[in-house]
Amino acid sequence: MTTRLFGEPVQRREDPRLLTGQGRYLDDLGRDALAAAFVRSPHAHARIRDIDVAPALDVEGLVAIYTWEDLPERVGRPLPLLIPHPALTHGRTAHPLARDVVRHVGEPVVMVVAADRYAAEDACALIEVEYESLKPVVGLEEAVQGANLVHHDVPGNIGAHLVQEVPAADGRGAREAIETAPHTLAFRLDIERSASMPLEGRGVYARWDGRDLRVYSSTQTSTSVRMAVAAALGLPLPQVEVIAPDVGGGFGVKIVHPWPEEILVPWAAMRLGREVKWAEDRREHFISSAHERGQVQYVRVGFDDDGRLLGLEVTILHDHGAYTPYGIIVPIVTSTQLLGPYKVGAYRVEFSSVYTNTVQVTPYRGAGRPQGVFCMERTMDKIARYLGKDRTEVRAANFIQPEEFPYDQGMTFQDGRPLIYDSGDYPEMLRMVKELIGWDSFERAPGRGIGIGCYVEGTGVGPYEGGHVQITSDGRVHVSTGLTSQGQGHETVFAQIAATELGVPIERISVVTGDTRRFGYAVGTFASRAAVVSGNAIALACRKVREKALRIAADALEADPADLEIADGVVHVAGTPRASIPLSTVAVLANPLRYAFDEEAARATQFSGTAAPDRPPVAEGEEPGLEGRDYYSPIRSTFAAGMHAAVVETDPDTAEIRIVRYAVVHDCGKLINPMIVEGQIHGGVAQGVGGALYERMVYDQHGQLVNASFMDFLMPYATEVPRVETAHLETPSPLNPLGIKGAGEAGVIPVSAVIASAVEDAEGIPIDRMPISPSDLFHLRAGRRR
Amino acid sequence: MEHEITLIVNGAARRVRVPARRLLSDCLRHDLGLTGTHVGCEHGVCGCCTVLLEGRPVRSCLTFAVTVDGAEITTVEGLAPADGRLSPVQRAFAECHGLQCGFCTPGFLCTVTALLAENPAPTEEEVLEGISGNLCRCTGYQNIVKAVHRAAELLAEEE
Repeated sequence: MTTRLFGEPVQRREDPRLLTGQGRYLDDLGRDALAAAFVRSPHAHARIRDIDVAPALDVEGLVAIYTWEDLPERVGRPLPLLIPHPALTHGRTAHPLARDVVRHVGEPVVMVVAADRYAAEDACALIEVEYESLKPVVGLEEAVQGANLVHHDVPGNIGAHLVQEVPAADGRGAREAIETAPHTLAFRLDIERSASMPLEGRGVYARWDGRDLRVYSSTQTSTSVRMAVAAALGLPLPQVEVIAPDVGGGFGVKIVHPWPEEILVPWAAMRLGREVKWAEDRREHFISSAHERGQVQYVRVGFDDDGRLLGLEVTILHDHGAYTPYGIIVPIVTSTQLLGPYKVGAYRVEFSSVYTNTVQVTPYRGAGRPQGVFCMERTMDKIARYLGKDRTEVRAANFIQPEEFPYDQGMTFQDGRPLIYDSGDYPEMLRMVKELIGWDSFERAPGRGIGIGCYVEGTGVGPYEGGHVQITSDGRVHVSTGLTSQGQGHETVFAQIAATELGVPIERISVVTGDTRRFGYAVGTFASRAAVVSGNAIALACRKVREKALRIAADALEADPADLEIADGVVHVAGTPRASIPLSTVAVLANPLRYAFDEEAARATQFSGTAAPDRPPVAEGEEPGLEGRDYYSPIRSTFAAGMHAAVVETDPDTAEIRIVRYAVVHDCGKLINPMIVEGQIHGGVAQGVGGALYERMVYDQHGQLVNASFMDFLMPYATEVPRVETAHLETPSPLNPLGIKGAGEAGVIPVSAVIASAVEDAEGIPIDRMPISPSDLFHLRAGRRR
Repeated sequence: MEHEITLIVNGAARRVRVPARRLLSDCLRHDLGLTGTHVGCEHGVCGCCTVLLEGRPVRSCLTFAVTVDGAEITTVEGLAPADGRLSPVQRAFAECHGLQCGFCTPGFLCTVTALLAENPAPTEEEVLEGISGNLCRCTGYQNIVKAVHRAAELLAEEE
C-alpha cells in the first residue's frame, strides 16, 4: 500500500457522512434550543422613533425581546472594524442592534427569543417600530455627489481614499507616460453587485453552563469569532470555545465576524441560562449579510505600436454599502491584482470607497480580483482592437517573462507586504490555453465569438496557520488545524499530506478543522490560503513527529535514526524489514506510564523494563507523547495564475448568450489532489458565469433590494453552466516547503472578462458593463443601429 | 391547534403531533430529528429540501406535514440499503466528486434517485433537465452530471 498520496486524486474522506445525511450543519445541532428571530429594518435609511413590543407579549412560547437599550454597554458597542487602514479615515460599523438610526434594509432592530422559530417570527410580526424616514443614498454616482449622507459625520460619503503610484523605469509617472505615449485610450467600466450566496446561510448556536460558553457558528474563522465573543461578553478566553461544524458553503461572506448574531445569541444564552440558536433564512441572507463586486472604473492607458503598456491610470469608485467592518480589502485587492501577469510601465491607481444605504460589501470569492481583471483584460482587448492586432499578441507583448521572477510590482499587497510574484510561466500558459480552445483555428462567424482572460492571484496570505499531529497508541494519527472548512475537502488533502510525510495509511488519519478545543491559534479560511498555510504547517508538524518517532524507534531497535524509514505505519531499518517497530508501539514508548489501561500500554509501565533506570523517564528537553505542533508563517503571498478562454454564441433574435466552450489553464503550484483542484475550478467558473450573465443585486431608488429571493436573483443551474475543459501547469512556489500556491478562488476571477471578450468578438460592440443579460445585449444592438 | 399524523419515513411509521402550519421540512428535521434534509431557501427554488413522496421528488419546504398524513416518504437517510453500503447514486457522487460542502447534496441524491428509477439510461440532455431544479453553489454541476451517468452504470451493473 502506498502512502505517497501527495498529488493523487484521492476520494474525499468527508463524503460518506455528507452522502448519508450524517453531516452536522449549524441548524442540525441544538434541537432543543430556544430560537431567535429578528425584526429588521424595512427602510434603507430612517430614524427609530419608538419600539412597541407590547402587542407581542402574549405570543405563546415567547421568552424574551431585546432592543439596543436592553444590551449592556460592552455588548451594545459598535462591532469591531476588523482591518483598519490609514486610508480608511471614516470607517463605520453597525451596532449589534440598531441604535437610533438604521442604514440599510435588513439591519437588525429587535431580537426575539422564543420556544421555536415559528413563535419567534410570530412575535417579530407583532412588534411595532415607528420610523422617521431619512433620504436614502443609493448608487455610486449619487453617493459621491454627497447631497445626502449615509453617516452624518462622513462628508461626501467617502469612507476611504487611496492613491498608489508606481513610476516607470525611467522615473516618469503614469500621467506623464500616458500623455507622451504614441497611442492613448480612455473609457469607463461598470460592474454590478453580486454575492457569495452559499446554500446554507449564516447561523449561531450557543450554550452556557454557568461557567463555560460553547458557540457553534457557520463561520470561516472560529478562532477569531472566539476572541471577538470573549471580548464582547467580557469572558476570559479559556472559558469560550467556538466550533465551526459542517459549513454549507462560505465563498467569503462567512469570514466577516463577529456578526451581530454571533454576539447576541451567546449573550442571550448566558442571560437566559438556556441554549439559543439562530439560523438565517434566505431573505435575511440577501438583506443582512454582505454583497460584493459593485464598482465603476475610469481607465486611461498609453501604449506603443506593439501594444506594450507605457502608462495606466485607473480611478475606481467602490461601493462598500452602509458599513465597513472588513475595511478596504476589496478595493485594495482590485487595485493591486489589476496588474495581472503584465508589466504596465507606469501605474497610478486611485480609489474612493463610498457609503451607500445598502447591504455592506465584504469579500466574495475573488475579493475584488474579478473587477481588477475585468479592467485590465478589457484594456488589453481595446488596445488590440485599436491596433488591429490579435488579442493574445497584445497580452504576450506585456507578459512578465519566466526569467524575471521573483518580480516586484512595486506596490503594497492586501497583507501589507510587497507585491512580489514568486514564480510563474505566463507565455507557456498562454500557449496552453490557445491550444486547448483552438484559438488560432477558430472560425469566426456572426453571432459566434471567442474570448480570453488572464489573471494572477495572490494566494496563501499570512500571518500564519498551525498544525498539530498526534499519533496514539492504537496507531491512529490525529491531525488538527485551526482554520475552518466549507467544502474544500480539507479532511482529505491534509490527510494526504500527513500520510505522505509520516508514511501512514490514510485510513488511519483523521483531520479536524475549525474547532478551538483542538487548535486555538489560527486566522481563517479565505484568500485561497488553507492548503498553502495550513498544509505547510501540518507538513512541518508531521516532520517533527516523524523525527521524534525515529529517535524513539532507533533507541528501541538499537539503530541509527538515519537508517530508519516509515512505511505503512511501521518504522523499520532500511533494507532490513524484520528489524521493525510499529508507530503504535513507538507511541506507547513515547509516553512512560504508571498505569496499564490496556495490553499495549503495559509495555510502557514502570516495571516493564523498557526504561533505563539511570535516566529520568522523560528525558530533558523531551515531552511525553508522540505528537508535534508547528506553524507556517509565509514571508509574503504566493501568486497563482490562470488563463481562461471561451467560445460564445449569441442568438440573432433573442440576444441570448450561450457559452459553447470554456477552457481553463491553471497554475496553483504543486497539486495536492487534482480531483479537488478541478472541482474548485469548476465551481469557481460556475460562480463566474453567474456574475457574467445572470447575477445582480437590484436596488430601487428607495434602497429596497427588489430581487431578494432565489426566484429573482438568478444563480445558474446545471443548464446554464458550460462544461469546463482544464489543463494544469505546475510552477512550484519557492516560498514554502510543499511548493503549493492555492486554488480556491481561481475559477471565478477572469470569467466576466472572458465572457465580455467573447461577446464583444461575436457582436462587434464594446462590452463595458457586467453582467450582461440578453436584454442588455438587445439594447446594445439597438443602440448600434441608431 | 395540533394534528396527529403518521408519516412512513424510510420504511418506519412515525407518529407526530404538529400544528397545521408545520412545513414537512421542519417536521422531518426538528420533530423527527432527520436533519439530513436541508433547507436552503424556503421558497421552493433551490431544491436542497427535496425528499421522495411516494417515490416522487417534492420540495418538503413547500409541503405542509399535515397534507401528507399516511404517505411514504424517503429522505437521504433512507437511500442507502440496510447493509451499510452506500446506494449506487451515493457511490457515484463520491467517485465523481459530485459534492463539496454537501449542503445541496441530499436534495440532488433524492432527485437523481427518482430520475434514474424512471429513466435508467438518461441522455446528457435528460440528465441536465432532470437536475435543473436543484441549485449547487460549489461544484459547477460538471461532476454531478458525471455522477448521474456513473450512477446509471452502477445501477445497470447491479441488475
